[in-house]
Amino acid sequence: MSKKPQTSNWSRRDVLKASAASAAITGAPLFFSRNAYGAEFLNNPGDGGTVTLGFNVPQSGAYADEGADELRAYKLAVKHLNGEGDGGMMNTLQPSALTGNGILGKKVEYVTGDTQTKSDAARASAKRMIEKDGVVMVTGGSSSGVAIAVQGLCQDAGIIFMAGLTHSNDTTGKDKKANGFRHFFNAYMSGAALGPVLEKEYGKERRAYHLTADYTWGWTQEESITASTEAIGWTTAEKVKTPVGAGDFSQYITPVLNSGADTLILNHYGKDMINSLTQAIQFGLKDKQVEGKDFQIIVPLYSRLMAQGAGENVKGIFGSTNWHWSLSDAGSQAFVKSFGQEYGFPPSQAAHTCYVQTLLYADACERAGTFEPCQVGAALEGHKFDGMGNGPTEYRAEDHQCFKDVLVVKGKDNPSSQFDLLEVVEVTPRAQVEYAVDHPMFAGGDLGSCNNGA
Amino acid sequence: MKNSSALSDWVLFLAFAAAVLTMPLWLAPFGANYPDLMQKFAIFGVFAIGFNILFGLTGYLSFGHAAFLGVGSYTAVWSFKLLSMNVLPAIMFSIVVAGVFAFLIGYISLRRSGIYFSILTLAFAQMSYNLAYSVLTPITNGETGLQLSLSDARVLDAMAGITVTRSLPSTNLFGMKMSGMPGFYFCAVVLIVAFFIALRITRSPFGAMLKGIKSNQTRMAYTGLNTRPYLLWAFVISGMFAGLAGAMMAVTDPLAGAERMQWTASGEVVLMTILGGAGTLIGPVLGAALIKYFENIFSSFNERILNRAFEALPDSIQSIVVDTVGLFVGEGWHLTLGLLFMITVIFLPGGIMEGVRRITALFDRDKSGSSSAASNTAAAEHS
Repeated sequence: MSKKPQTSNWSRRDVLKASAASAAITGAPLFFSRNAYGAEFLNNPGDGGTVTLGFNVPQSGAYADEGADELRAYKLAVKHLNGEGDGGMMNTLQPSALTGNGILGKKVEYVTGDTQTKSDAARASAKRMIEKDGVVMVTGGSSSGVAIAVQGLCQDAGIIFMAGLTHSNDTTGKDKKANGFRHFFNAYMSGAALGPVLEKEYGKERRAYHLTADYTWGWTQEESITASTEAIGWTTAEKVKTPVGAGDFSQYITPVLNSGADTLILNHYGKDMINSLTQAIQFGLKDKQVEGKDFQIIVPLYSRLMAQGAGENVKGIFGSTNWHWSLSDAGSQAFVKSFGQEYGFPPSQAAHTCYVQTLLYADACERAGTFEPCQVGAALEGHKFDGMGNGPTEYRAEDHQCFKDVLVVKGKDNPSSQFDLLEVVEVTPRAQVEYAVDHPMFAGGDLGSCNNGA
Repeated sequence: MKNSSALSDWVLFLAFAAAVLTMPLWLAPFGANYPDLMQKFAIFGVFAIGFNILFGLTGYLSFGHAAFLGVGSYTAVWSFKLLSMNVLPAIMFSIVVAGVFAFLIGYISLRRSGIYFSILTLAFAQMSYNLAYSVLTPITNGETGLQLSLSDARVLDAMAGITVTRSLPSTNLFGMKMSGMPGFYFCAVVLIVAFFIALRITRSPFGAMLKGIKSNQTRMAYTGLNTRPYLLWAFVISGMFAGLAGAMMAVTDPLAGAERMQWTASGEVVLMTILGGAGTLIGPVLGAALIKYFENIFSSFNERILNRAFEALPDSIQSIVVDTVGLFVGEGWHLTLGLLFMITVIFLPGGIMEGVRRITALFDRDKSGSSSAASNTAAAEHS
């Protein structure tokens, strides 16, 4: 250590040279960085032969099953848009501007990302799609928290967001955005559709106990269901919030037994619902009687995937759903057929809404004649269509929410196959689930103005 | 000796600054030169540098550093909501609040050392996470995450006459938008400043004291020195770095969620530091970049991309290769990261920096066998 001059290989001159060089390199990126503001709108595919869509779905976490099915549907939609396969619902969409030759003559490409059912990860993944992969549209999400976070991001960036499975009132209520569009139904609609059926089945005198997933979707669903059950004369015993992805719900279910409630309402989804329902049944809630009434369990938002996970336990349990593969209209049948041929089993409601959203986006681009987000958005606003499995549907211009019929379903007592688990009890007409734009449960938001990122 | 060491520190610093600022150029071949990911590199670099001041210098392994990151994020978003969309007050408040928070937790946790200290910090972080997740929902907005809204007060902005139209305002530095490339350069400058501070701390008598604690705390105590204040300061400084990183996350993307405080996030920064090389200056930044790269790029590889990559192979082999590789990318990126971490820890206990050191030593030996030992120690000292 004592050999002073040798240890330093750097002379003053070297240091000066190095700093000059690094200063030059430092300045370079400012010179090279491309000016994104020159384009007419963000990620304009221009004259290229392809256009890229971003599919941002949960591949891990409590909603991973739904995410996997959503991704299958997206891939199928891309196939159909590019003119491969049998075309599925492209043949039944009315009116349709789809050509089967990509979108606006450009071949559809896609990129995928894992939201991990976390807002941070979902936004990072969506940003990658927007900044690196140059997507013109982001779609997906199987959690309302994530959907709202990504919708906000897309609004800021200037990209269209086609919401996947998101059921919270806030997505098109408090947190609605001009660049975001939702085909899926919402918690209010579930409540409005379930109310009359529950009254008919279980009478006017019941005491409900809520277990609620502790985030935006759970909160709004609890509010909606409470409103509609209290409207038919039920009382509410208790509302308990549970963390998402809790796994073990026994500590929340034990108090239900002694609460005096005779109905358990599970505002849970995905694996959470499978776990909480299974545990509720294991605790013998279904066999219990409270003041002469059979104890009942209700799962307001149902899906076939969850029913499959919960198995036997779903028998006789009521809920609502956006779509079910057993529907007999031409659109549903065409979709079930091509999805079945591709993957060997019927699609879930998550798959359905994602597939439909992709087609609707493509159709809107064709009608607008451009990928420019504001014009595409304008083409979607107030658009009326049919043949997508839900009957006549309208994208309401004021809040970008689709209005259509809602299905009330029940767990089948005698399922004929592992997929045939739910039966449709009632198709609630659109008029019954419709609400005013300024309904208190949806108030406080503003679409804002459309952003094209330029 | 003193002179030459100071000089090589400057060289190290300049090289680091140049490398950080030129990221958009040299990251292009890796497909990582888009603003969001480069911002993440810089932000988590700051986080890891700060963590290294505690773990690398004193050897105290905190398993709850994500709590400070989360506190920083929440503070910054509240500053955006209440005060101003300017990032400076947000960053200032975040550092202060995270520092105070770290002082409180550190004051209690540092009564123990070793595994007990780690468990205490873990417990505090998990408590903070649960508070943010459910109990403090009015402040944190729970699982949904704290977000900006049109109706926020923004007192300072209102006083300055800045009103919002129908779209949400964006974070800015006196009018310069903090998203995209400007956001990256801002993060890069912060990272360079943070690196410089860490460098000065490491080379200072205070840093030497911390290293003394790491090598033998009992001996330090026998010399009549009370080590606790030094440890507490290291803990607070490290917490402030984490708060700064949290604020930067909110600056580039004004949203704060409880998941940032989860124990997995605390574990991540430990991984970053060890992967890169604990106790070195550059190592933690490298580790942070590597992990973020895996999380963002590897996880996005899907079958289609793989099929294209292996197109040249015959069909039958291609499908086998794609299936095998497919296990390690996409959803399987955790697997790859786990393997990489194992390999690093087993073969290079000193992290990537040890690998770099060994390689440079190899070359030095080729050149002149005699000076290898000297340059070896020099490299160890400087990196």
